[in-house]
This record gives sequence, structure tokens and C-alpha cells, in this order.
Amino acid sequence: MNFSGLIVSPNLLALGVPSLAHLSPLDIAVVAIYFVMVIWIGFYLKSKANTSEEFFMAGREMTAWIAGLSFVSANLGALELMGWAGSAYQYGILAAHWYWVGAIPAMLFLGMVMMPFYYVCKTHSVPGYLKLRYGQGASTVAAFSFAFMTVLMSGVNMFAMAEVMKVVLGWDMNFSIIVSSLAVAAYVALGGLRSAIFNEVLQFVLIWGGALLVPILGLVETGGWGGFKARLAQNIAKGVVPGGDYTHMWRSMGHFADNPMGIHWTGIVFGLGFAISFGYWTTDFLVVQRVLAANSLRSARMAPVIGSFFKMAVPFIVILPGLLGLVVLQNADGSLMHLVGENIVKANPGAGLHSYNEVLPLMLVRYCSPGLLGLGITALIAGFMSGMAGNVSAFSAVWTYDIYQPLINKKAKDEHYVAVGRWATILGVVISIFAAYTVMHAQGIMDYVQALFSFFIAPLLGVVLMGMFWKRATKAGGFWGLLIGTLTSIGLWAWVKADPTALKYVALSPDAKDMAENMYRALWSVSTSILVTFAVSLFTKPRPLSELAGVVYGATMLPVEEPVPFYKNEWFWTVIAIVLFLALNIYFW
Amino acid sequence: MHSSSISIWFFIGVLLTVYGALIMGYGLSELVTGHTANVILANLHVPIWWGGSLLALGLFYGVRFRPRRNNS
Repeated sequence: MNFSGLIVSPNLLALGVPSLAHLSPLDIAVVAIYFVMVIWIGFYLKSKANTSEEFFMAGREMTAWIAGLSFVSANLGALELMGWAGSAYQYGILAAHWYWVGAIPAMLFLGMVMMPFYYVCKTHSVPGYLKLRYGQGASTVAAFSFAFMTVLMSGVNMFAMAEVMKVVLGWDMNFSIIVSSLAVAAYVALGGLRSAIFNEVLQFVLIWGGALLVPILGLVETGGWGGFKARLAQNIAKGVVPGGDYTHMWRSMGHFADNPMGIHWTGIVFGLGFAISFGYWTTDFLVVQRVLAANSLRSARMAPVIGSFFKMAVPFIVILPGLLGLVVLQNADGSLMHLVGENIVKANPGAGLHSYNEVLPLMLVRYCSPGLLGLGITALIAGFMSGMAGNVSAFSAVWTYDIYQPLINKKAKDEHYVAVGRWATILGVVISIFAAYTVMHAQGIMDYVQALFSFFIAPLLGVVLMGMFWKRATKAGGFWGLLIGTLTSIGLWAWVKADPTALKYVALSPDAKDMAENMYRALWSVSTSILVTFAVSLFTKPRPLSELAGVVYGATMLPVEEPVPFYKNEWFWTVIAIVLFLALNIYFW
Repeated sequence: MHSSSISIWFFIGVLLTVYGALIMGYGLSELVTGHTANVILANLHVPIWWGGSLLALGLFYGVRFRPRRNNS
């Protein structure tokens, strides 16, 4: 899922270009073995998904490592990998902001500050938390919007995968959609969340095993980081690469006009680093569900911390290949290859042009011989499939616990809810297929889908934060905060859509570009939801403190954790993560 | 994970073992026949050492987390 609403364009890869790679029988065997493994895991785990707690929460038996890898893997889809590699080629290392300031502080905040409340109240979902804190109204609004958007995003993911497979491998789109959806439906409906988590961990290993070679060989070819920078400087001096600072993250953030993304540091820090990032990593049930499945509070707190280290490392396999593409990718005649935007590729069919988003597959093809290429392609397929699986498993849980149980059938037996969950999984996949074909026939919809998702995330953050840390926040405050925050986001988006010059008001500068809009829109939206929740709560009656135990700071007795050696303590690793995060930002300042 | 079931690390071990064996086998066949794939840095014989690494990692996890009968 593309949480920042960024770059991953509707047509990730343009159609009408000859396929980039040709798989050998060995590559096909590698891909086929992956599918066999996925189905094997699903069938094996079927016997371990008999109760609702097992099916929807993986029995809350995941270790910190499994939950942590799954947590970070749920976000590591192939669209993200390819889109951000393309952005790195286009904008340089600025793209790493989405992996560092746009993720690490929020992940650590979730683990250290918010997780105890989610975990202690034993909620099954984020809408479930809202129900405990604010009552059914806010929970229902959040549940319906999440369920709707989740299956829609799953369909978008499915379509994008089919399109990538068509362009990279020349595969028929119907074939890709049917095979991937059948596999996802099988292993999630059989094994529930545990199966989805297992496959996410598997995918994580595959992504590193398949993609890590590219930056390693790229650095060997260029003579290391220093050699790369020297060759890049030569290319810029010769005018074959557009001028700009590709290797520093903050020094061009002083003004919107100083960097190619058209972003100011306030947008990065407060819009991306707070509103978008905290909204996604701390309130999007797709990722929070993975941590809720941990086997203890300590594991649940450690999981995002473990995930943060891997998240910090992801730019090595995503951003670095994109940067290396600037100096190593060549045309057949030996000249430097120039990747271009989707619109230019589309306008020149048959010209042999490649888009920015193709940089990762192009790098794979450049270095990977048979078998290794199959492994790289498998990593991409695994990324797509686990993205879909994450969406449908979260949809299944929210549908069953937050819509079906409270609104349709309150007093059924546990096995009934498990059956509903299995059918909801299949229903989710069917709706996803429908959404995929809808997008295929009207690709402009995809822009709207991504914008739609962003409408709900930021205001939800405001309401959850107020509910978790302010005892006085009331039911009416939460409901109106969520509603008006969402309407603010929709209103700002519609304003800029209708009048693009309005961007200078929303993003505070006439030099701001599209990407800045997402950040400032999220910031205004979360600010509005916090202010409205605050104001309405002041004029409405709060719930007695005794009813807020377990869900609000100050009214909750957190369990005392047994002392452990410092190297097993979550605070120790949080401090290490913060130091590493700061060091990376300073090094690439 | 939990003692009475197959760990995810075992599945990962099996997958990496199979992939490692296939990729290293291909790399060795390249070395023996002298026919290398048309990729950059083919002289480094990447499939041999990368496949070998996957194989070693896969065997480690496959053995370390193998299912046991009486461990519940």
C-alpha cells in the first residue's frame, strides 16, 4: 500500500513496451516453487485457525521477531519498491525520507507509547479500540471506511501487479490476476492471519535474498559509494544527467524551489514525519494488526522497534539501486540510458523508452543470471501477493468484528465468526478482482483511490491520539473530530483538483509541487480533527474515569514487566534505533 | 514460534535450501561448461557464491528449526 500517496503512478509501468526480461526454465521453476510453498503453508496452518482468536489474531502467539518482520513487510510491497527506486532515480536520495523520518519516529512511538493501550485493552482492531473509547458511532465510521478502502487498495495492487508482470515478463494480465488471487484466497482463507504473517516473513526474506545483489553488484561496478559519486558528478558535468544534489537529504530543503520535489522541510517533518507517518504506522489496522498478534506486551513493544531497524535498511535495496541506475544503465549501443516519465513513454510507443519505475527490473536484468533473475521476480511477486493478503486479512477481521458482529449478528458461536471470516476473505478477494478490472478499464480511478485512502488516515490519527492521551475527550468529540477532519481532507483535495493554483494556499508556497500537497493536507486534516475533538469535548459530558480503564493514559494500570537483561529491553533498542536514525540523517545531511 | 508446530523459520530454511541448490548448481554448470549468461560482472560467478550463501543459510535454518516429535 502506498501510504504517502506518492509516486506510484496509476500505470506503474506503461503498456506497449516489449517485455524487459525473458525467464529461463530455471527462473520459472524458482517462481513455481514459491507458489507451492505458499499453498503448503496455507494448508499446514488450516488446522491452527479453528477459533476466532486463532483465525483473526494468529492466536496472539507471534514472537517479537515474527511480528516485527511481518509489521515492516506488510508495507514492503513491490509497488513501493519499484516506485521508490524510480523516485530515487528521478529525485535522488530525497526519496529516503519516506523510509527514515517518514517511518522510524512513528514506529518507535507506536512501540513505546501507544502499544500498551492497544495491547492491554485486548482490542481486535483499531475500529475496535475506537468502540471501547468513543462508542459505536466512531467505530462504525472507521470500520466501513477502512473495509471499503482496504479491498479497493487490494484490487489496485492486483491490477498493478498484473500490469508489471505484463511489461516485465510479457505475461497475460488475466493470468496474473487469476493465479495471484487464487493463491492469496487459498492461503489466507485457510490459515487466517497466521498464514498471512508467515507469508509476509517469507516475502521479507525473499526480497532481501532477491534484491540485495543489485546494490552490491552496482557498487562493485561503480567502485563503491565514492566511485559512484565521482561518476555521477562526471555525468552531471557532461550534461547527460540533470543537475541537482542527488546525495544529500536536508540541505536543499530550505525552500520549495530548491529541490526537485518542491517540498519544504516543515512539510517533511510535520506533514510526512508526523501526520502521514504517524497516521499510517500507528492507526492503520493493516500494520497494527501484525503487532497485536504478538505473544506478550513486551513482544508487542519490541516488534515495531525490530521493524524500525529493517525499515532503516530498506533504502539500501530500494533507493541505492535507483541512484546507481543513473550511472550504470546503458542502451544497447553503450550510451547512457535515460529513463523518462510515464507520459513520455506513452506518447512514444515503440521508441524503446523506459519509465523511472522500471529502474529496479532493469537493474535486475543487468546483473542477474538465470535463477537469480527468477529469485528477483519472485521477490516482486511475493511483495504483491503479501500486499493483497495483508489487505484481505485486515478486511476480514474488521468486517467480522466491527461490522458483522455489532451490527448484524451479535450472539453467534465462535465457529460461526470464524466461518464468516473465511467467507469474508473470499469475498474480499472477489471484490478486489472486481476492483482490479474496474481500474483496468478506467485507469484514472486509481488516482482517486489513493487519494481516498489518505482522506481517512490523518483524521483517524488525531482522534486516536486525543482518545488515548486525554481523559476528557468525549464520544461526541471523537465522532465529530473524525468526521470534520475527514471532510477537511476531502475539501482541500477537491479544492486543489478544481483549481490547481490553490496548491499555493494548501502547501503555503507558490513553488510547492504535488508531493507537498499530500503532506500539508494531512497536517491540516489531523490538526482539524484534534481541534474539533478538543472543542466538542469541552461542551459535552465525558465518560466516568472508571469506564476508561485500559484505553486512556492516566486511567490505565499498565502491567509491570519482568526485568530482563539490558540487551533484551525494548527501551535499550529504541535508544539504539534513535541514535542510528539520527546518524543516518546527519551523514546524508 | 510455538513448540508443537512447524516454525516459519523451517519453511524459510527449506525454501532457501532449494533455491540455493538450484542457483549454485546453475553457477557450477556455468563454470564447468564455460558458457556464462550475458550479464554484467559475469566474471564474478555470482550464482556460485550467492547460491552457496542461500544454501548455507537455508540448511542452517532448516536443521535448527526442524520439526521435532516430542517437544510439546
